[in-house]
Amino acid sequence: MFPYLSVLVALPAVGAVVVRALPEATRKTVRTVALGFALAELALAAVMALSFDAGNAGTVQFAETRPWIPQIGASWALGVTGIGLLLVLLAVVLTPLVLLASWDDDDDPLRRAKYLALVLALESFMVVIFAARDLFLFYVAFEAMLIPLYLLIGLFGGEQRRYAAVKFLIYSLVGGLVMLVGVIALYVAGPGGDQGFLISHLTGLDLGTTTERLIFVAFFFAFAVKAPMVPVHTWLPTVAQTARPGTTALLVAVLDKIGTFGMITLCLPLFPNASRWAAPVIVALAVLAVIYGAMLAIGQQDMLRLVAYTSVSHFGVMILGIFSFRQTAIEGAAFYMLNHGLSTGALFLAVGFLIKRRGSADVRDFGGLQKVVPVLAGTFLVVGLSALALPGLSPFVSEIMVLVGAYPAARVGVIVAIVGVVLAALYILLTYQRVFTGPPKEGLEKTRDLSWREKFVTGPLIALMLVLGFVPGVAISVLRAPVQDVVAAVQPADAPTEVAP
Amino acid sequence: MNYRTPSIDWVALLPVLIVLGAAMLGILVEAFTRRAGVRRVVQTSLAVAATVGALVAAVIRWAVVSGDGVHVAGNYLVADRQSLAWQAIIALFAILGMLLFAARVRGEDAFAPLGSAAPGSVEESLALKRGMAQTEVFPLGLFAAGGMMLFTMVSDTIVLFVVLEMLSLPLYILVGLARRRRLMSQEAALKYFLMGAFASAVYLFGAALAFGYTAATSYAGIAASLAAGFDREPLLITGVALMLVGLLFKLGAVPFHSWTPDAYQGAPTPVTGFMAAATKAAAAAALARLLYVALYGLSWTLAPVLWTVAIATMALGTVVAIVQTDMKRMLAYSSIAHAGFILVALTSFTGDALAAVPFYMLAYGLATLGAFAIVSQVRERTPDGSLGAEATRLGQWAGLGRRAPLLATAMALFLLSFAGIPLTAGFIGKFVAFKAAVDAGAWPLVLVAVLASAAAAFFYVRVLVLMFLTPVPEDLEDTVEVTWATGPMVVVIVGVVGTFLLGVYPSAVLDLAHQAAILVP
Repeated sequence: MFPYLSVLVALPAVGAVVVRALPEATRKTVRTVALGFALAELALAAVMALSFDAGNAGTVQFAETRPWIPQIGASWALGVTGIGLLLVLLAVVLTPLVLLASWDDDDDPLRRAKYLALVLALESFMVVIFAARDLFLFYVAFEAMLIPLYLLIGLFGGEQRRYAAVKFLIYSLVGGLVMLVGVIALYVAGPGGDQGFLISHLTGLDLGTTTERLIFVAFFFAFAVKAPMVPVHTWLPTVAQTARPGTTALLVAVLDKIGTFGMITLCLPLFPNASRWAAPVIVALAVLAVIYGAMLAIGQQDMLRLVAYTSVSHFGVMILGIFSFRQTAIEGAAFYMLNHGLSTGALFLAVGFLIKRRGSADVRDFGGLQKVVPVLAGTFLVVGLSALALPGLSPFVSEIMVLVGAYPAARVGVIVAIVGVVLAALYILLTYQRVFTGPPKEGLEKTRDLSWREKFVTGPLIALMLVLGFVPGVAISVLRAPVQDVVAAVQPADAPTEVAP
Repeated sequence: MNYRTPSIDWVALLPVLIVLGAAMLGILVEAFTRRAGVRRVVQTSLAVAATVGALVAAVIRWAVVSGDGVHVAGNYLVADRQSLAWQAIIALFAILGMLLFAARVRGEDAFAPLGSAAPGSVEESLALKRGMAQTEVFPLGLFAAGGMMLFTMVSDTIVLFVVLEMLSLPLYILVGLARRRRLMSQEAALKYFLMGAFASAVYLFGAALAFGYTAATSYAGIAASLAAGFDREPLLITGVALMLVGLLFKLGAVPFHSWTPDAYQGAPTPVTGFMAAATKAAAAAALARLLYVALYGLSWTLAPVLWTVAIATMALGTVVAIVQTDMKRMLAYSSIAHAGFILVALTSFTGDALAAVPFYMLAYGLATLGAFAIVSQVRERTPDGSLGAEATRLGQWAGLGRRAPLLATAMALFLLSFAGIPLTAGFIGKFVAFKAAVDAGAWPLVLVAVLASAAAAFFYVRVLVLMFLTPVPEDLEDTVEVTWATGPMVVVIVGVVGTFLLGVYPSAVLDLAHQAAILVP
């Protein structure tokens, strides 16, 4: 069988090297080359998705297993279930759009080549992470990915970029290294051997209560930092504010999903007892994040920080759904991961367009843009409405699924979280009002509207949200089976089984 | 007392003999060749040939020696796969070290033209003018390397002392021979010598006390005596503790580390690189053999001591490194932290540690030699345009990524390997070391180790920030220059290739490391 996933990993990596190594004279075409690689990747992923057997979404497909470092039990093992497939698709859809969005951010061709190469390298790591079936491989990509991201933030950001890059790196490294202890401990407790790190070999171990809890905490801590979850979220607003909107879009829309992806595919199935043990605290923190993120979002003047805080709030919703252990809620959370990627990615990119025009991300510098740039205003409104989960757009479906699904398990939590959803309407609409309505601010009368290129960036994302909003079954059908396996692993035997809607 | 001469298996000593023989030959060359230019060529080729020969010999012996190993001279020396693995590693470090020794930038090497002349004296300037060169550094380096290789075979407490001195004395001299900043260099040499002599004496005292209890100097004899039962005899515990002090000193573990920053900073950079990589390897090898062969019966008693030392070493090395402003001192403190990570693996008292520690040292040594090779190429420029001392202040590295992108990228790779970021050798090294410890139930120790790694990442990253994210300060273009000497570049390339390959595809080397996890008593 054609090794789709390995090629999906290799293609952007080769692209990164090619883009970086192109000789000086040909650097003008570097954008086209990079975009070509990203589109080829997208095409290949689309072919793969079409040959995905949706009826068997719970079984691992496109599986490849090759020995890598047998001495320590690590294999090059890739394969996706429905969840992994959707996230791989999210990554390969967003990457070309991000490349397109930063089309003329750099004038210096060398600098441009560096940026494009780093984004492509990052794409390669993202595919590895969402497709890894080997814990060691997952961990290696999880940590190694920090380097291109660190450079993306540190080399191409705003004023405080060095501070932001270091803050990001230290947070992520501490999380990752704590997880390393858990990774090693889990391997030691597992069957060992040449393929001792295969996740399937590490599932269903009898670890003993204390060990399981400790390893769970090690894993969860890393994913909570990545997600990011209150109280370890503080790196995100800093990074969002200083990094390029394109970088942040990738970071928040795709990379932060690694946190919730890890919770669903690693924490719950590998440590079911510990997950149940920790659930009350985690649900409480998640609900806190929903409210706290929303409140802080309302208070922000910087639009990038604002979007970052809305994401903190949205991740709270996802984590609430995951740790309610209900079929519908986890399905909703997984679906929300996809939708949040589309919605927040688009929102960051739209804010990026605004910043490009004004040279500032401060809401107070804007006003009355609606009449000047109607297309941009419309785009912003639609994308913003998707973030506040307006019916008809896909985030709505997933948010409802999470809240309804989690209600039987965490009534108070859900009721409180709904307040956060209401607050979301406030921060989005207030921002829209201040930026786009009223008389145009001085100096903004001549603002250009979206160019064709920019329309091509946000257009596909909005279209996808509309499609998934009206026919969410396309995505949910491939999520059901894998989530069923997760729920079966984590649900206590005596709990009432839930009928999927 | 009648004394029987042990029969010596000369062939098994071949790797060591090649190096020591070449060192002897080097002394004769010093005595009979007058012209510095000729001497330099002869000495360089001799040193490189000898170390390469030693590496080849060690590899061949590896194929010959089976898992049973060979007793080379009675119970005094053992050639088993563990010692051969270490010898190969040290020989490799010695090759790279000799290349650094031989490097010349604009006709001048890193060593004082006349070591015996007082700094700033007339003799010194005369020596400079006449183009004299202290080519004795090559035989001295070879003696040290030979001693280190022998150190890994020792299985007798008295022989250990002799070999300890044998490898240390040349190093004391080498540390004091820097061409520039000579006072600092001599001060470093004196400190290193005094403390080293003290540590050796403490070791010898401990060995004597331990002999008092066990009535044996051979590791096998000590182990047999411990196996017969011991009751935490103070004499024994004191003796063993003092012996460990001697080896922990060489390893650079807290609280016996205080020589490290001064010696590393003051020594000529080629010597620092060689010493940091090879001495630490030899010390780790000797410590492993002493702990695992002779003192295995005491593992329960020693574990708390080793835990304490490991935690203190990691914590102090990391925390103090954070506040350093000098590149060489920072790398010195980082080397202390790495000594702590090695101890983490050694506390497990399992075979896995014997595979992990050589791999760790190989990864660490390659990155260390590479890093110091780069340090030796970033130089100050004097106002008249000639080349000055090395620019080791961190501030002088600002914007290096723009001025010398390839060199800075190589340095970044080494620093990432030190920090243990995946896809570098350092990560695999940390992984196998920590795995050995977790396997033995020492996960709290590993937790401390990973937190130390995270904190350590902070100062490695600070250098990355300086090199890549900081603009080149205006005056720096004129005052700092990056040079490209052949020897250091070879070392950097070997370091980069090794660090990358061992990080991405370490299977083959890990296989060898597992085969090396055998200690013959």
